[in-house]
Amino acid sequence: MHTAIQELEKAQLRSDVPDFRPGDTLNVHVRVTEGNRSRIQVFKGVVIRRQGPGSRETFTIRKISYGVGVERTFPVHTPVIEKIEVAARGRVRRAKLYYLRNLRGKAARIRERREPIAR
Amino acid sequence: MATKQIKGVLGEKLGMTQVFDDAGKIVPVTVLKAGPCVVTRVRTPETDGYSAIQLGYGQINPRKVNKPLGDYLRKHDLTPRRHYVEVRTTDATEYTLGQELTAETFEAGQLVDVTGKSKGKGFAGVMKRHGFRGLSATHGTQRKHRSPGSIGGCATPGRVFKGLRMAGRMGNVRKTIQNLTVHAVDAEKGLILVKGAVPGPNGGLVLVRTAAKGEK
Repeated sequence: MHTAIQELEKAQLRSDVPDFRPGDTLNVHVRVTEGNRSRIQVFKGVVIRRQGPGSRETFTIRKISYGVGVERTFPVHTPVIEKIEVAARGRVRRAKLYYLRNLRGKAARIRERREPIAR
Repeated sequence: MATKQIKGVLGEKLGMTQVFDDAGKIVPVTVLKAGPCVVTRVRTPETDGYSAIQLGYGQINPRKVNKPLGDYLRKHDLTPRRHYVEVRTTDATEYTLGQELTAETFEAGQLVDVTGKSKGKGFAGVMKRHGFRGLSATHGTQRKHRSPGSIGGCATPGRVFKGLRMAGRMGNVRKTIQNLTVHAVDAEKGLILVKGAVPGPNGGLVLVRTAAKGEK
């Protein structure tokens, strides 16, 4: 890749993205624009996927809303996100938690990750 | 031919990436290194019968320039360039020899036409070259899955029509993509970000011009 493109992509990266991984529960504060008014909406759920390099990186959040599973995919570095809060850390043994789609209720719980694992 | 003022600049395709726009939407862009180009000749209706500017771009060893071109450049105090191209425009007389054109020629939001030489695909079959659907995968088709099928009648007309789409050389031709939006211009680095794809490989020569279509 040309260095000019690398610089261009680097300039898009956000520095305020917390460290999170699949299994973690996040509060994603999304800027929603309706007409010319803009407000913040919080989308809370479990990270079931995080993929892609650099400025193309995306993650998917899954939550159960009124008994219906809702998944939303965001680019990690999108300016649409006001901020990301890590509500809970989860201990999982997969990088992609697609199996959660087939589980509901108690079975879909994720064990909490206690001490931060040294990297 | 040229019925309006066309601005042009030669450059290089660096590659594609994605950027976020003001609304936070992802925009696929092609990054072009535009210029610096030099006006090497001004064509006027009086002397040449048409109105255009000739642009030069890139570096070349002066030893490699042939005599007729080299003498012309020496006469006008211009350095030899690797690539030359003429851009037809009605306001050619407003350019001066040796004038530099950079990425600033264009501004964000403008529509441009981008010309380049498409990637060569070699001898390609009809499915790749013309988007034919080929024959069935099953139902008794044997060794003909990607073939064109029938290419015409029998005794009437007794020949294959001219221009019938068949397999052959694909790509490696000059292509122009019209009406691409300029997403951003980085004057400092000489970059133009064009929304969408542009013909040719990364590092290939491209010509960016004001859109031919649209308002005068």
